[in-house]
Amino acid sequence: MSAQLVTELTILVLAIFLGFEVISKVPTLLHTPLMSGTNAIHGIVIVGAMLVAGLGHKDTLTTIVGLIAVVLASANVVGGFVVTDRMLEMFKKREKKPVP
Amino acid sequence: MSTEVRNLLYLITIVAFILALRFLSSPATARRGNQIGAAGMLVAIVVTFLQNEVVSYWEIAVGMVVGGAFGAVAARKVRMTAMPQMVALFNGVGGGAAALISLAEFHIRAPDPGTLKTDISASIMLSAIIGSISFAGSMIAFAKLQELIRGRPIVYPLQQATNALLFAAVLAAGIAIAAGAEQQWLIWTLLGGSALFGVLFVLPIGGADMPVVISLLNAFTGLATAATGFELENNVLIVSGMLVGASGTLLTVKMGQAMNRSIANVLFGAFGQLAPSVGATDAGATDGHVRSASADDVAVMLAYANKVVFVPGYGMAVAQAQHDVHSLAALLESRGVEVSYAIHPVAGRMPGHMNVLLAEANVPYPQLKEMDEANAEFPRTDVALVIGANDVVNPDARSNTGSPIYGMPILNVDSAQQVVVLKRSMNPGFAGIENPLFLNPKTVMLFGDAKESVDKLTAAVKSL
Repeated sequence: MSAQLVTELTILVLAIFLGFEVISKVPTLLHTPLMSGTNAIHGIVIVGAMLVAGLGHKDTLTTIVGLIAVVLASANVVGGFVVTDRMLEMFKKREKKPVP
Repeated sequence: MSTEVRNLLYLITIVAFILALRFLSSPATARRGNQIGAAGMLVAIVVTFLQNEVVSYWEIAVGMVVGGAFGAVAARKVRMTAMPQMVALFNGVGGGAAALISLAEFHIRAPDPGTLKTDISASIMLSAIIGSISFAGSMIAFAKLQELIRGRPIVYPLQQATNALLFAAVLAAGIAIAAGAEQQWLIWTLLGGSALFGVLFVLPIGGADMPVVISLLNAFTGLATAATGFELENNVLIVSGMLVGASGTLLTVKMGQAMNRSIANVLFGAFGQLAPSVGATDAGATDGHVRSASADDVAVMLAYANKVVFVPGYGMAVAQAQHDVHSLAALLESRGVEVSYAIHPVAGRMPGHMNVLLAEANVPYPQLKEMDEANAEFPRTDVALVIGANDVVNPDARSNTGSPIYGMPILNVDSAQQVVVLKRSMNPGFAGIENPLFLNPKTVMLFGDAKESVDKLTAAVKSL
């Protein structure tokens, strides 16, 4: 087992605890934006898609698969953040009107 | 750019994502959080562009323009009621991307036998399986919610056995890959088998349980992303993927609790099968009779109340009545009535779905009360106005041990002075469960489409 792998596993476990910690503070009110916000965050897979698609000497299969992966991941990133923004934009606090 | 510099810059992205989640703890900061997250994503994309091994820019650019344009248009156009299927769709494509990356990685690295380290091949196997299940499962969830296929559970004989067998086969191919077998057909089998499993796994789950499924598949895509991180030895993927994995898991568990059902029951139980045993257990209550009222009667009750609590359910979303509900509430407020909204955690087709719909209709969020807070308010509420909600206000959940929803926390609308239920007809809700609330002497029913009924009420209150 390489040192690299051990470091990665450490990071993984810490991220799990951090995830639970941060998410448990999100109120029920915002659970839909939370779902779509985390949805946007896993769009980070675009980094992996770019690394595959960006390779120099690759065969036809890798080229096609890499390109499709970039398309899918881009849709995930852009769609995820835009939808979340649209939702959150709507949550407004209004000053209570004085009762007549 | 050296690996060290790259990883340092990726750290910016990681911090941005954590802040994005942290800022979601309050509606006042949530939007800024999302923008920070998006900026973090941009940093990661730029950093990746500048890497030495990335040389064919045009392929990436073309892919980004096509995918990004689709995502932007779809996200702009979708109606708020259709939000759950949109989230399912974006979730699915993310999972699909992870699965395809594993296919490409295996294809690139496998030709020289023995070159693949076990940790890499194991990661490839995991992201292929999980990503593929997430992709196919999300697409079925999307199709069900979009009503492209029927939302009712699809069941057939030996379903569980077939699924178990398929999963075992997928796992066997996966273990072979992890153990170092490097034949190309194995990865194709793995991807195809997992996708088929994803389809068969979601098909038997009913439309009303879809929120739990989407939340679970969201966690899956997160895990697939993290596995891709191990595959490419890339920290930002590991951390971000795992944050999503943890979040999705926690949400799934919370929703199970809100329905008082185990996740296993939601996923494998096919809820409808429980229903036939119901009804007989609470025969006493069915002796009562239903009182229906006219819009004018209800308008008087509302207009002269001190405090009215709206209880929206999926019926309100289906009828697109959220704007009309807000107009009615605003009208009552202008007459000096105290108005709030009681939101059950599983009302709608997604956790927190009602909050989003009401926010869309400009309802200020401090008026949206979570279940515990709302239940504390009902005893001093004059009128509880139930709009298209059913199971989440069913008192059987409290008292009838024979009911399939027994033990599910509900909104205690029956502790208000009066209850008005807006409902299309006397047909029972999705689970086919009787609701004794409708027979309660405190309750009056106003039959009709939610939107039309609310509009009638608004007109009637105005004319008072």
